[in-house]
Amino acid sequence: MRFFEYESRQIVKAAGIPVSAHGFARTPEEARRIAEEIAAPVVIKSQVLTGGRMKAGGVRFADTPEEAAREAEFVLGLEINGHMPRGVLVDSKVAVKQEFYAGVVWDGIRKQPVMLFSDMGGIDIEEVAETHPDRVGRGHFSNLTEVSDYEAKQVIASIGVTGSALTRATPILARLARLFVRHDMTLAEINPLALLEDGRFVAVDAHMDMENEARGRQQTLLKALGVGDEETRQAREATPFELAGEEVDAQDHRGVAGNVTEFDGNLGLVIGAGGGSLTLFDAVRAHGGKPANYCEIGGNPSVAKACGLAKLVLQKPGVEKIAVMMSIVSNTRVDIVARGVIKACLELGYDPAEKIAIFRIPGAWEDEGFKILKKYGVEYCDRSVSMHEAARRAVEKIQGVAA
Amino acid sequence: MPGTFIDVDVDPAVASDPALAAKLTEVCPVDIYATGGEGGTLSINEGNLDECVLCGLCIDAAPAGTVRVVKLYDEGAVLSS
Amino acid sequence: MSILIDETTTFIVQGITGREAVNLTRECLDYGAGAQIVGGVTPGRLGRDVHGVPVFDTVAQAVEHHGGPIDGSVVTVPPAFTKDAVLEAIANGIKLVVIVTERIPRRDVAQMVEFAKQHDARIIGPNCLGIIVPDVIKMGGIGGPAKDAAKAYTPGSVGVISRSGGMTTEMSSTLTAAGLGQSTAVSIGGDAIIGSSYAELMPLFEADEQTEAIVIYTEPGGRMEAELAKWVTENDSRLPIVAFMAGRFMDEMPGMSFGHAGTIVEGKADTAAEKIARLAEAGIVVAEEISQIPDIVKSRIAERSAV
Ligand code: SF4
Repeated sequence: MRFFEYESRQIVKAAGIPVSAHGFARTPEEARRIAEEIAAPVVIKSQVLTGGRMKAGGVRFADTPEEAAREAEFVLGLEINGHMPRGVLVDSKVAVKQEFYAGVVWDGIRKQPVMLFSDMGGIDIEEVAETHPDRVGRGHFSNLTEVSDYEAKQVIASIGVTGSALTRATPILARLARLFVRHDMTLAEINPLALLEDGRFVAVDAHMDMENEARGRQQTLLKALGVGDEETRQAREATPFELAGEEVDAQDHRGVAGNVTEFDGNLGLVIGAGGGSLTLFDAVRAHGGKPANYCEIGGNPSVAKACGLAKLVLQKPGVEKIAVMMSIVSNTRVDIVARGVIKACLELGYDPAEKIAIFRIPGAWEDEGFKILKKYGVEYCDRSVSMHEAARRAVEKIQGVAA
Repeated sequence: MPGTFIDVDVDPAVASDPALAAKLTEVCPVDIYATGGEGGTLSINEGNLDECVLCGLCIDAAPAGTVRVVKLYDEGAVLSS
Repeated sequence: MSILIDETTTFIVQGITGREAVNLTRECLDYGAGAQIVGGVTPGRLGRDVHGVPVFDTVAQAVEHHGGPIDGSVVTVPPAFTKDAVLEAIANGIKLVVIVTERIPRRDVAQMVEFAKQHDARIIGPNCLGIIVPDVIKMGGIGGPAKDAAKAYTPGSVGVISRSGGMTTEMSSTLTAAGLGQSTAVSIGGDAIIGSSYAELMPLFEADEQTEAIVIYTEPGGRMEAELAKWVTENDSRLPIVAFMAGRFMDEMPGMSFGHAGTIVEGKADTAAEKIARLAEAGIVVAEEISQIPDIVKSRIAERSAV
């Protein structure tokens, strides 16, 4: 889950890393007050969970509190990549001598976190790493013992930083590394980390991403920041259709009907499980089909859950037929899913044979499942028909409908 | 009312025996049986009938031949334990 | 032969009294020659048994009861307790840990992996279904009940490595139907950090005489395919590899995760397109459909033996 910049700054500050004087404002009036307190020129920054705010005009400068209020009003009304800002950060404009970068990310290959430090701050670090690899210092560190300051020092010194800049930046990078581990971050970066004229370092922008799986044990942090359980902070906000999918999944604890995601096609998908869904979604598209949704069923869902999901998909505007497909199942039962999807058709007054373009779930209890499908005249197939072939048949049927 | 796919048929002698009703309620993994009848006798949660996993535990829990699980999708075939 | 496990492998099941673990235990006992599950561990349940497997409070008790080192453990405890269970297994001399549990934070996975490395132990998973050596032994829920697993998996010469548990079975079944058996199939898990990646399992397959080719299932997210491509190039591997990449549609949806926790396109190197290019550069054929895999495998094996 992603944090807003104003939250990231709080996290960084709580870890003992100096930040420039700033405040978070939801209204122009609040922005004016913060600017008055800072009593110096300020920067107004849009608080959105998306990149590219600079380009979009979401970062403005103001010399007076009045100007700050005006600019805040503008930024508060500015949509960026489909996101409306939650507020603005009113930041003091600091006298920067040089911009640095400090960051910590996971290295999935080494299976350790890695500290990154560069004297080319203020720009995208991946770009720096490509164009000036010698200007990015790196250091992996253990997860079993707490990271030591010298490890951060080595990383910074490796790109030739010395003198007081080295001694002052060292604890900042080390603290960032510790907070990364302590708070289950997947990304913690300060960019730019500004070296001021007076020799101090302050964080001017910070970006934090926390692992979703760790939300449970990071409650203290989330409470302190005022982040509620209902805030998913996903890359894109859930649509009503997707929220309804979550409700279907939550109605009982048997199995999953997860990751319901909306698309605008005409072929509804009741597919599973994780890898199977990815494969099948690709397969439908490869044959020219237009999926109306993505989803992952698995873990032996109840008839009611399979039925609820199928109903949701069947009722989605534009859906003409559904395809019920999975990779070979061993835990989920073919007959239970068959009952669920047929029931969904019947309850909505549809003929299952007409609405279900294809049923391709081989595996546990398939003989029993096939009996049910046969009785209702639904086209089904066993493992001898590949996932791609099943998807092709479904697409063919629906294109016949459209013609 | 039967389910769309499954029905259960219990002999009156079993259904009216609170001890057997309690036993059926306990064994069924999907709560098809309940002791909601008068004096703790058997009642059927009709809404759950289609959730039957065909495990046969109810058939084993009652005297032979007194509980029948019917597969409506299979020409009324009866589940054997 | 096989990799990781064979008919002599002994293992325990941690969290054995859980519902899924009870099923998994049954399945493993029934499959092939019958797994030697020498104990189960659930704290507070000492003295019980699950399908005849004695339950202990600690791994140490299981080892003592067995009277010697135990080879492996299947860990099925809830996410909050997984790290502790894995550390306990490794500290008690277990060298192969299969972690079934999903939704474990990366920090915990990294700690377990680091601890395993220090103790010369190996982790498979988390969020995986385990390992199967067709007709011999399975360790984990892979393939499901014994009779279902027997339908999908047959002994043979193809090593299978997959980030998806279900797709391990789908691909193996496709191979089986085409007359290609498997030497060992490993479900490695779909998380961002896992105990054993493709490249880390390759040396084992390379050393296994029975294995003549490798089939992998892969997804967007992470750098594991690049690591494999690098390994193959640097080690001049004798094994032809055929890959299948699912989730190509995700390239258009950066920042979103589907299927498994590890599938998230964060940078250019994470995309399906980029991975396919990397694999191809290393001479790894990427099949468009699963049904094409058997023929590609056959022709690649034939090419190699013709050289
Ligand atoms: S067969 Fe099993 S699930 Fe079905 S009614 Fe009997 S006990 Fe319940």
